[in-house]
Amino acid sequence: MKYLCLIYDEERTLAAMSKAEVGQFLGEYANFTKEIKAKGHWLAGNALKPVASATTVRVRGGKVATTDGPFAETKEQLGGFYLVEARDLNEAIQIAARIPSARIGSIEVRPIQEFN
Amino acid sequence: MSSGPPQPLRDTIEAVYRAESRRVLATLIRLLGDFDLAEEALHEAFVAALDAWRAGLPGNPRAWLVSTGRFKAIDVLRRRARFDDSVARIGLEVASEHPDPAAGADASLADDPLRLIFTCCHPALPPDAQVALTLREVCGLTTEEIARAFLVGPPTIAQRIVRAKSKIREAGIPYEVPGAAELHERLAPVLRVVYLVFNEGYAASSGRDLTRADLSDEAIRLGRLLCDLLPDAEGQGLLALMLLTESRRRARTTAAGEIVLLGEQDRGLWDVALIAEGVALVERALASGRAGSYALQAAIAAVHAEAPDAASTDWTQIVALYDVLLRCAPSPVVELNRAAALAMRDGPAAGLALIDAILARGELADYGPAHSARAELLRRLQRDAEAAVAYRQALGLSRLEPERRFLTGRLQALGGASPATD
Repeated sequence: MKYLCLIYDEERTLAAMSKAEVGQFLGEYANFTKEIKAKGHWLAGNALKPVASATTVRVRGGKVATTDGPFAETKEQLGGFYLVEARDLNEAIQIAARIPSARIGSIEVRPIQEFN
Repeated sequence: MSSGPPQPLRDTIEAVYRAESRRVLATLIRLLGDFDLAEEALHEAFVAALDAWRAGLPGNPRAWLVSTGRFKAIDVLRRRARFDDSVARIGLEVASEHPDPAAGADASLADDPLRLIFTCCHPALPPDAQVALTLREVCGLTTEEIARAFLVGPPTIAQRIVRAKSKIREAGIPYEVPGAAELHERLAPVLRVVYLVFNEGYAASSGRDLTRADLSDEAIRLGRLLCDLLPDAEGQGLLALMLLTESRRRARTTAAGEIVLLGEQDRGLWDVALIAEGVALVERALASGRAGSYALQAAIAAVHAEAPDAASTDWTQIVALYDVLLRCAPSPVVELNRAAALAMRDGPAAGLALIDAILARGELADYGPAHSARAELLRRLQRDAEAAVAYRQALGLSRLEPERRFLTGRLQALGGASPATD
């Protein structure tokens, strides 16, 4: 099955990190990505720019309405994602638990809906 | 139609149903990969047995039921597949993978009940759904029975179960016993569900009766199953705790359903067989060196169980066990229980000081037992007016009829104090 792991962090926590801490954290991410690629779980993954760069778009009555900011203001912000291949939810949970942000933020694991 | 099956056969099949249906279901879920299809198959297999077993019982009724259920399910899937249902096609492939289900008659088959429990108590399911699903699938209670036990409407329970099954399917929750690395972590919610079911049966949180024996029996049955299949100190500790608590059931209410406190119980009514079994399990759990909070609570219950009368209770040992329990599983409720034990060891004034300090922190302000424990100590200190206030606070927080009658009785015994109304 395919699962999308949505990574939620508090941007404030990340912003408060020292340069060395940020370097260490990104190093952990690089290692994690390398590891799940080697094991064949990795399908896609990216970090996102801060939520201040987000734009929300809606079309109502044929008119495009654009607003600044994310769809919902929350304490933790969506900061990136991995799309992974896992045998089942248990394996997906094990993968998600090793994402470095799981220790300071949280990871939402969602199965991908397949249409055939 | 010929006449229905003869009564003795019906009785036999009912007995087989009680003994085997949950194990058969657990295996069918593994073979068919779907809860609803497995339940349908189980039902059809028993219907088929009414006819097929007229000539005599098969050598291994469980294997017969599994095999028949599986073929019935394949029939259902074939009918659905004809209507180009892609889900049914996949199901048919899964169901046909094992040419002979009885061929899996090894460890795989023996582990099926555990697979079922771990799946029903998967932490990705909401806690109340874990309880409902376990009672439905593992214990075989009907939706109505579960609804009655938890005082909610059957549609609420039905919805919890439907949603849980749907999440199992959609999120890909596997039908398996977790591996050694996760086993300890995954066992915790299973034990929590079993203990919750037991407690709801032993000390119902609300309602007309103090206890619901059927739920406690189911919890103990689950506890035994876990211990048989999975030797684990906390599993043994939980079973011991349930057995030792259960051993006092007959003594804890009068024939009229009134509460009798531990110190005033007729110990001749305690079940010595359950105590012996519970004590042996506690000793094994403690000797393993991996005893956790259930084993420690069981050890406390064992000290009570081994005292011939209330006066000879070894309160020093009980307080010491609470000290260890507090370190291993700190909680204000454990602190409260320790304070009550300490009051027995050092006198009511010492216990009262601890309870007042706990209540001052605010965490247990709405916890009825904290106020009734405080009231008991005030009563023993002959501070009747304060005791009456505390009993009224406890009464205001109790939703259980026998408990309310008990507290009202205590209030009246204090003299002059009229029972509170709310």
